[in-house]
Amino acid sequence: MTAPMLLEVSDLRVAFGGQEVVHGINFSIQAGEKLALVGESGSGKTVSALSLLRLVHNAEVSGRALLLGRDLLALSEHQLRGVRGDEVAVVFQEPMSALNPLYTVGDQIREVLQLKKGLTPRQAVAASHELLASTGIPEPARRANAFPHQLSGGQRQRAMIAMALASAPKLLLADEPTTALDVTLRVQILDLLADLQRQHGMAVLLITHDLNLVRRFADRVAVMERGHLVEQGGVGDVFAAPQHPYTRKLLASKPERDVAEPVVPADAAPVLKSQRLRVSYPVRLPGFKGWFRKGEFVAVKGADMVVAPGQTLGVIGESGSGKSTLALAALGLMPHQGSLQIDGTDWAQAKKAGRDRALRQRIQVVFQDPFSSLSPRMTIEQIVGEGLQVHQPALSVAQRRERVVTALADVGLVDDPGRGGDWLQRYPHEFSGGQRQRLAIARALIVDPQLLVLDEPTSALDVTVQKQVLSLLQRLQRERGLSYLLITHDVDVIHAMAHEVMVMKDGEVVESGPVERVLQAPEHPYTRALVQAAV
Amino acid sequence: MSNSTEAAAPSRSPGARAWRRFKRNRLGYWSLLIFFVLVVGSLFAELLSNDRPLIVRYEGNTYFPLVKDYAETVFGGDFATPADYLDPFIREQITRGDNWALYAPNPYGAQTINYFAKAPNPSAPTWDNWLGTDDRGRDLLAQLIYGFRVSVLFALALTAIGVVLGVITGAIQGFFGGKTDLAFQRFIEIWGSMPELYLLIIFSAVFSPSVGLLLILLSLFGWMGLSDYVRAEFLRNRQLDYVRAARAMGLSNAQIIWRHILPNSLTPVVTFLPFRMSAAILALTSLDFLGLGVPPGTPSLGELLNQGKGSIDAWWISLSTFAVLVITLLLLTFMGDALRDALDPRKADQ
Repeated sequence: MTAPMLLEVSDLRVAFGGQEVVHGINFSIQAGEKLALVGESGSGKTVSALSLLRLVHNAEVSGRALLLGRDLLALSEHQLRGVRGDEVAVVFQEPMSALNPLYTVGDQIREVLQLKKGLTPRQAVAASHELLASTGIPEPARRANAFPHQLSGGQRQRAMIAMALASAPKLLLADEPTTALDVTLRVQILDLLADLQRQHGMAVLLITHDLNLVRRFADRVAVMERGHLVEQGGVGDVFAAPQHPYTRKLLASKPERDVAEPVVPADAAPVLKSQRLRVSYPVRLPGFKGWFRKGEFVAVKGADMVVAPGQTLGVIGESGSGKSTLALAALGLMPHQGSLQIDGTDWAQAKKAGRDRALRQRIQVVFQDPFSSLSPRMTIEQIVGEGLQVHQPALSVAQRRERVVTALADVGLVDDPGRGGDWLQRYPHEFSGGQRQRLAIARALIVDPQLLVLDEPTSALDVTVQKQVLSLLQRLQRERGLSYLLITHDVDVIHAMAHEVMVMKDGEVVESGPVERVLQAPEHPYTRALVQAAV
Repeated sequence: MSNSTEAAAPSRSPGARAWRRFKRNRLGYWSLLIFFVLVVGSLFAELLSNDRPLIVRYEGNTYFPLVKDYAETVFGGDFATPADYLDPFIREQITRGDNWALYAPNPYGAQTINYFAKAPNPSAPTWDNWLGTDDRGRDLLAQLIYGFRVSVLFALALTAIGVVLGVITGAIQGFFGGKTDLAFQRFIEIWGSMPELYLLIIFSAVFSPSVGLLLILLSLFGWMGLSDYVRAEFLRNRQLDYVRAARAMGLSNAQIIWRHILPNSLTPVVTFLPFRMSAAILALTSLDFLGLGVPPGTPSLGELLNQGKGSIDAWWISLSTFAVLVITLLLLTFMGDALRDALDPRKADQ
């Protein structure tokens, strides 16, 4: 090691209310180095990094953290305030909440410049424009007068980075800086960070759960598991020859394709078929006009899709592309125009004839957020068994219970159907995210649907759990010949699950076709950007 | 699954966990117990404070004056009027020889005037009237017991009606949203700007005042605050994924409201219950104090306070009424605090 150590952390321990969550970790960063701290949620990576600046509320921190020979943990609050935002700056995950909505981004950057660099207001204006320009924001002079809500997500994160760089820090803590952004933006932001890191010669501590980002960005990587630092080393070494079993598990968590390739006869009736499907929301018109009529926001502008029996149609797109609206429309929860048929029956006609309840049994849904998709005041038996109450009211309580236990066993929640009974009276809060997602799948499967709408089924889960849930879905499809309408932003998930792909952007389907062709030889520039971002 | 060890722990519903957190707050928990004992005790006020004996054994026969009227002649008196068991003559008759009578611990009813008091009215506390008498010679302790009962029952009824109306209107606004919501909101704005007190004065002039009328009038205005909270909860909950999943399952609106949204929207309702009760007790007391409340003759804390104001020298009237009010309201407030903490989502995981 030739370069001097910028930051040396030794035996860092963090506890909340007497309960230790970080159990004595050691790591160091050289000047100008890019270190990635990787781990799943709850591994203590964010707490470890932010507690260096005492930014974690109610945490009891012990150990040593030498920043150029000064122990950060021994500094007084007043001295530490001098370090924060000066020698060490932070970029947070969610720029919308990390920027103050009452001030323009220019004001917020100027504040740092005046406080930390002692610039006059006039100098600060010019310097803030320069900083914004250096982060790639077009028309920096105009954007400086914009409030955070007037910028796009990517621009907000750029402004946040400009703010962090204003004091020319020696170390930048980047806490999941790209997680809240769309995939194509992630790469741009990361490249920007790498550029700026080179220009300013600062060190970056990147906190992330995304191994793709680590491979792309970092020099060295440190892997955390449950408050322990289990492995660290050069990115190339760790990725090529992981030593610790947990690192191996993380690296192996990229979802694998293990789906049946059913031969669909040409005359097989599609499970779901739509033609020129158009979905719109009423929106408020500004001003006096809005009193008398409503405007219209078209979320899906004419989508043709077909889901064959036993196959998966993957719909990929970024936030705001209309893919979730498409899912709600397929579920019949959204008024739409154009035709939309489930198993040959049109939603609109079924609703008119009052036969939509029978249709609902054929199409079920699994949502993204396993915490809001289960009612917190119902027991597992009530949640999973509810569909049976609606669609098979003739079943007795005992029969229904038996079916619930079978469904729980089907989704791998209970190993032995004989002793599933003690799960039934539990409430959702007692289950982890992955278990809750299995519960949501069990609830959908119990009415024996033909088509399952999966709305980002794994994006709220940790990578290792994501893989388990995806293999469960693949197994269920093989065993039961289920069809899936899979909504996701993740090319890896599409790659693992889909037979056919549909790429959406701004409400329009820009490309569709078999998964191999679309992912390997994308035609539309947007699809190309998506695929590249995932590599 | 790796979490199968967890499955051995006992399972509790969110409600049961909130109840455990409530019990951990000693002050609130004891307040609830004391309040419960006081309310149940006041429901049996006739056994505790009554001018009629509970049981009389007279000349070999057993009488139950508590539930049945007997003429004075039954006990050897001269008149066919109902017996006055505080009359020294009757008292002498029914306790002489083998006869005996079991009196309530406080031998006065709310309306009993002690014609045989040894001191002029209002009398300071004596061995006959433990808390003294009011300006008409009625026993103060009896008045307080019955007044407390009226106040609490009135508050319970008012709270129950307010909660039912508030939850229904809030649920309709929040669940259906849009034009329904808009119409209800405008209605609430108009209705809420009516001068409540003037209406009460006018109505008490037009109709003969009664507890029922008061209950109706106060209920007409009491539901609005709660309905706003329930509406907000419904607006938040109806767009959550579990409600969407229930829709996708084919449940009807009524089923979704009843089974899914309502149980998850009751937190503000439960939190406000004790505070609403204390507000209702205060409202009744203030109206009685102003003379707009319950009809004359009904035992009432507000009327006693008014008497206390009228005769400042009779310190025992205002002091004891004040004490009853303060204790009742304090108990309710302590319960409310504990309940609010127990239902605080930020503390829900502890």
